[in-house]
Amino acid sequence: MNNPVVNVLRLPLRPGREYESRFDREQSTLKMLAIPIASIMLMSMATTLPLLLAQPVLPPLGLMMLLAWRLMRPGLLPMWAGLPFGLFDDIFSGQPFGSAGFIWSLAMIAIELIDSRAIWRDHLQDWLIASLLIVFALLLGLFIASLAHAVPSVTVLIPQIVLSILLYPLIVRICARLDGWRLAT
Amino acid sequence: MAPQPNRRPGFSRKAQYSLFAMYVIAVAGTALAALLLVISIADPTGFSALRSAGAEVTAPVSRFFNSIRRTTKDIGGNMSAYLDAASKNAALTREARKTRVKLIEAQAIKTENARLRKLLNIVDDSPERVAVGRLISSTGSSSRRLATLSIGSNYSIVSAQPVRGADGLIGRIIEVGPTTARVLLITDAENLVPVMRASDGLPAFSTGMANGMVIIKPIELGESPFKPGDLIVTSGNGGLYPPNIPFARVLKATSDGALARPMADPSNTPYAIVLESYQAPARALQQEAAPDGKAEVVPE
Repeated sequence: MNNPVVNVLRLPLRPGREYESRFDREQSTLKMLAIPIASIMLMSMATTLPLLLAQPVLPPLGLMMLLAWRLMRPGLLPMWAGLPFGLFDDIFSGQPFGSAGFIWSLAMIAIELIDSRAIWRDHLQDWLIASLLIVFALLLGLFIASLAHAVPSVTVLIPQIVLSILLYPLIVRICARLDGWRLAT
Repeated sequence: MAPQPNRRPGFSRKAQYSLFAMYVIAVAGTALAALLLVISIADPTGFSALRSAGAEVTAPVSRFFNSIRRTTKDIGGNMSAYLDAASKNAALTREARKTRVKLIEAQAIKTENARLRKLLNIVDDSPERVAVGRLISSTGSSSRRLATLSIGSNYSIVSAQPVRGADGLIGRIIEVGPTTARVLLITDAENLVPVMRASDGLPAFSTGMANGMVIIKPIELGESPFKPGDLIVTSGNGGLYPPNIPFARVLKATSDGALARPMADPSNTPYAIVLESYQAPARALQQEAAPDGKAEVVPE
């Protein structure tokens, strides 16, 4: 805490903080709420990175982040949170507008129903739930796209599905790190 | 993970109602999303303003990372070029001397061709270049194959203009924002391109497979006439895409056509050239006389 650089950086944000007692300190409400929301939105915007891919192999990172937060911290995100996050994702994904809003809402309701039945779960069960929901979301996304225009065969999705399932634990790790930062005072 | 504390709200009416309201809001939200989805399927261009706004906001980030990506790529290329500069220089000089003769012949043929065309009174509208931009990002997670172009209506780009790279056709513009545009790549399943075999002009159509390949289907029925290595170019049929743009190379013949790899790799194309729609004035005249979907049925 005696690092002068850190103190200089902190001073404008919380003046006088270095003389305060470290006991009975309060969390920043802004940080508590902004970190989960911002992390999901930033993951949705991953498609704007200059990855010019010939095949849809980029995992649905926004959905995976949403599932990770929802499964790790039940009660943090309300049940209807799938709608705003999904509609935001639709702006960047290239799918017909409303497709992710619909699918993510269904996923949030599905987790709510699972929560009322399988109450105590471990990481492997959460991974299984997230994997099933990701596969469901990708297949339903392809079906919805097929209503709007011509789509390729389902086999195109296989690499993306495999990559998404294998990457989910990494997303949970990132989410847990962010959670530690979120709740730190 | 531990269960939520508010799962059983007990006898508190307020808690019971707020839990119930959550369910109602979630289901209503799903229904709202489904409604938006139906609207966007019925009218695919309806939400394009929102999408191009999103692309506009994130374009600076994409441009920044794209320039870094290109610079790092260039550094590698420059360093390897220095290693065998002398021998490469000699080889290129020899090659340039050899091709100079062919170039002169080609110029003569071009002049002769133009003269013959004039004799036959063929009106040739060679494709005009509208603007040159860069592809800055693509839809990596959707089965739709769209790319974002770094220029938009500020360079007088309009919808349906074809886009090509140095190696071949890339796609066509489908949405235009103020400084960005969306390109439907030729590898999208929706993109149908009239093509022909370069060697004999065999007419065919191309459809994308969304995995970096295209399917070439000949218009004539029967056994697939393609052989691996056949070059495919655009035919210019039906307007929009100008003829003789390099398109793809056949990898293998299938039962009803061929599997081909596009010449232009969007991830490796330094520039994307936006062209004027081929035979756009003719198309406009035709639309004036008989607009699409409004043609009168002539009674027998």
